[in-house]
Amino acid sequence: MTDASLSGAAAPARRHGSLTQLDERTRRRNAAEKRFRAYGAGAIAIAIACLAILLFTILSNGLGAFRQTYLTLPVALDAQVLDPSGQRDLDAMKKVTTIGYSKVLEAALRQTLAQNAIPEEGLSKKDIGDLISKEAPAQLRNMVLADPALVGTSVDVSVLTNGRVDGFFKGRVTMASAEKDSNTSPAQLQLAQTLKEKGMLATKWNWAFLTNPDASDQRPEAAGVGIAILGSVYMMLVVLVLAVPIGVAASIYLEEFAPKNRLTDIIEVNIANLAAVPSIVFGILGLAAFINFAGLPQSAPIVGGLVLTLMTLPTIIISTRAALKAVPPSIRDAALGIGASKMQTIFHHVLPLALPGILTGTIIGLAQALGETAPLLLIGMVAFVKNFPSAPPEGLFDPASALPVQVYNWTQRADPAFFERASGAIIVLLVFLLCMNVLAIFLRRRFERRW
Amino acid sequence: MPAIWIALIILALAVVGYVLGVKRALSLAGGDSRRLHSRTTYYGWNVALFAAVPALLVLVLWLIAQPVMLERAMSGAIPEDMLSEGANRSLIIADVRNTANALSAAEQKGLLSAAELADPAGNADAIKAKLTDAGIRFASGATPQIFAAAEHYSASQSTGRKVITVLALLAAVAGLAFATMRIHPEFRARNVVETFIKGLLIACSSIAILTTVGIVLSMLFETGHFFQAYPWTDFFFGTTWSPKFGGGSQLGILPLIWGTLYISVIALAVSVPVGLFAAIYMSEYASSRVRSVVKPAIEMLAGIPTIVYGLFALITVGPMLRDYFAQPLGLGSSGSSVMTAGLVMGIMLIPFVSSLSDDIINAVPQSLRDGALGLGSTQSETVRKVVLPAALPGIVGAILLAASRAIGETMIVVMGAGAAAKMNLNPFEAMTTITVKIVSQLTGDTDFRAPETLVAFALGLTLFVITLALNIVALYVVRKYREQYE
Repeated sequence: MTDASLSGAAAPARRHGSLTQLDERTRRRNAAEKRFRAYGAGAIAIAIACLAILLFTILSNGLGAFRQTYLTLPVALDAQVLDPSGQRDLDAMKKVTTIGYSKVLEAALRQTLAQNAIPEEGLSKKDIGDLISKEAPAQLRNMVLADPALVGTSVDVSVLTNGRVDGFFKGRVTMASAEKDSNTSPAQLQLAQTLKEKGMLATKWNWAFLTNPDASDQRPEAAGVGIAILGSVYMMLVVLVLAVPIGVAASIYLEEFAPKNRLTDIIEVNIANLAAVPSIVFGILGLAAFINFAGLPQSAPIVGGLVLTLMTLPTIIISTRAALKAVPPSIRDAALGIGASKMQTIFHHVLPLALPGILTGTIIGLAQALGETAPLLLIGMVAFVKNFPSAPPEGLFDPASALPVQVYNWTQRADPAFFERASGAIIVLLVFLLCMNVLAIFLRRRFERRW
Repeated sequence: MPAIWIALIILALAVVGYVLGVKRALSLAGGDSRRLHSRTTYYGWNVALFAAVPALLVLVLWLIAQPVMLERAMSGAIPEDMLSEGANRSLIIADVRNTANALSAAEQKGLLSAAELADPAGNADAIKAKLTDAGIRFASGATPQIFAAAEHYSASQSTGRKVITVLALLAAVAGLAFATMRIHPEFRARNVVETFIKGLLIACSSIAILTTVGIVLSMLFETGHFFQAYPWTDFFFGTTWSPKFGGGSQLGILPLIWGTLYISVIALAVSVPVGLFAAIYMSEYASSRVRSVVKPAIEMLAGIPTIVYGLFALITVGPMLRDYFAQPLGLGSSGSSVMTAGLVMGIMLIPFVSSLSDDIINAVPQSLRDGALGLGSTQSETVRKVVLPAALPGIVGAILLAASRAIGETMIVVMGAGAAAKMNLNPFEAMTTITVKIVSQLTGDTDFRAPETLVAFALGLTLFVITLALNIVALYVVRKYREQYE
């Protein structure tokens, strides 16, 4: 090149522009490069935006479930209605149904309105009574039956308001939507607003959401996740007691003892496949094997726990094997070298070192089991349960619900107030999952060691 | 006595056995543990294992065998004239079992008088009235014969309980005694215990196989029943799905398969590009700081339960698609649609695609990239022309795994896709999938004789076979690829 130019030969036609100026092709390639990068960044933005929107909608829909509107008013417990026999005899008083108590409440509310000079504005007696939740008479009845001496006196009680009134203060129900709603009217909401201004209505933190059982279709304001939490806890207990020992034992055998033969190969392929079997298939297995064949009761946490155990086993086995594999051979060699048996080597040296990894995997498996819904639908956990299950072990056979199933159950109901409850239950579920994951991360960090 | 209490007693016996074993070994060695073959704890474990394991095994085997034996005994006890009405034997047995449970529940609550309990068949009507009053569920069509059989069933059940209590406790005590007797200073307790434990470990690993066998058997069995009542050609080639409880249903699986595939395709169309590009960006472009934030954030999507996605589809995505796309475009007015379920499922699948692809892209050796960059390729050309082709088999495997998830996913489609079995092209219409129909056929009051219920097992088996085939292919592809660079 240099020689040729020195010799004065005619320079060949310049096919390329200067180095400082990009030619067309380079520009295209650089543009393509930028586009490609933007696609990648965009994909990540989409994924994270989806996560953000998902969490935001759940939170904004569900936080309302943790606050509830209560009406506080003095109630005169009319002896003539509540104890017609006048004997203060419990059995006779039990004959008064909630209808009687709802009359007392309605009267109390109307009297309060009159005392505070709030006009009833063409609302019928029933319309005014409907401001109060259908749960309130039962609450009052239980209070009176627990302490019959209250009859004839006047007590201050705080009762739940109707779901629509509650929705009005949370922004779910508006005057416009009330016009079209047969269950409530703008005048009722107006009255509720006036009551609120007088300080009788207040929206308070709602512990009952976490402790109450489910309630019927008519009373969304009284529904809670108490039984569902308990049922989920029971099932997790079963999974913990069964899946963890069995899973760890199976991984120890497969990782440390198993000869490489046909049988262990089949077991390994099997476990990999079981981890990918759709969860609903485990539900079918539970229905066929545990309920139809073994005759265990439907809707019982024991059956749910067994199904979830079978489901989580592969997860636990896979993560435990990874944890065992991560323990370096030098540890084993050292133990074997000073005369420990193979079993002692594993149980005294390898297993303790692998424990953090095993725990992390176990917690992740449990978290998966906690959120699982489909198999539980098939074994009858959708049934309406009003009574708390008793303490284990008998309670494992009592009907119960589970958090994710309770969510599904509420979404199947007509009243939109139940959607708020469903989102609220999801928040509870997510908080549990978050705690478990934080624990898993903490364990991993705390015991992480480099060999 | 409930089985759980028996199990707890056995465990208590094992603890006693441990103490006994340690004490006996020490006393035989004159209090000097150095004269024993093994460490003292092994003598304790030896007794505890012999006391607990065989007894628990007996208990579990009995729990499995008892229903079968009771059923067999009852089949003989049911008079032939009840069967001649075309009734299914297993259904009558279920009736009998329900009635027996209802009777024992009523007995516990003290609802029934002694005379009624002594002769339930004679007082069938009175008992039925009382059960209904108390709100106890029982077989509504229960005849006096069923009450008689239920009485028989309860009796043999309680005999069975007694037998198992005695047998299990006997096994525990015998094991305890046997192991204690065997102890002497030369006894190789450690070897015995270790062999025993190894046996237990093997038993635990075979549970995986047992589960698979259980799944296949339970579904094959009921699917067999289904195909006795309904021709398999109509099931596999029928294009109408309209179950009617009352007979005359058409149970063709094709509309369900169509819905399943349609939704899965939409889900993959969302998740594959997003997941793949996210994986490429994370492994090729992102700095380690960005990566350490973004990767766990995307993987959070995988940890969220599917019911949350279902609710998201139901209350957010469904109405939004209906109001902003379907109705203005005149494509339908349904909140639950193929599009809703597909989009939300696509979001759920993003982390599956991205995590698996990320691993696989990272496994491509750096030398390949260096070669391409050294020849003057831009980074994106390197990715497109070198890295992706090298990683392709693994990525295909990841996509297949995601597809099998999409096909088996239940809660999102139950809440987002609707229940109408249609073969339609409009993505804004409600359609349904195999999993939705399994749920709807098996929840609520189900009659396990009707083909409308049994069809769920045939659907389940079909689903199992499809997803299993996809998983096997995916695992095969992923494994085969990974070997190349090792």
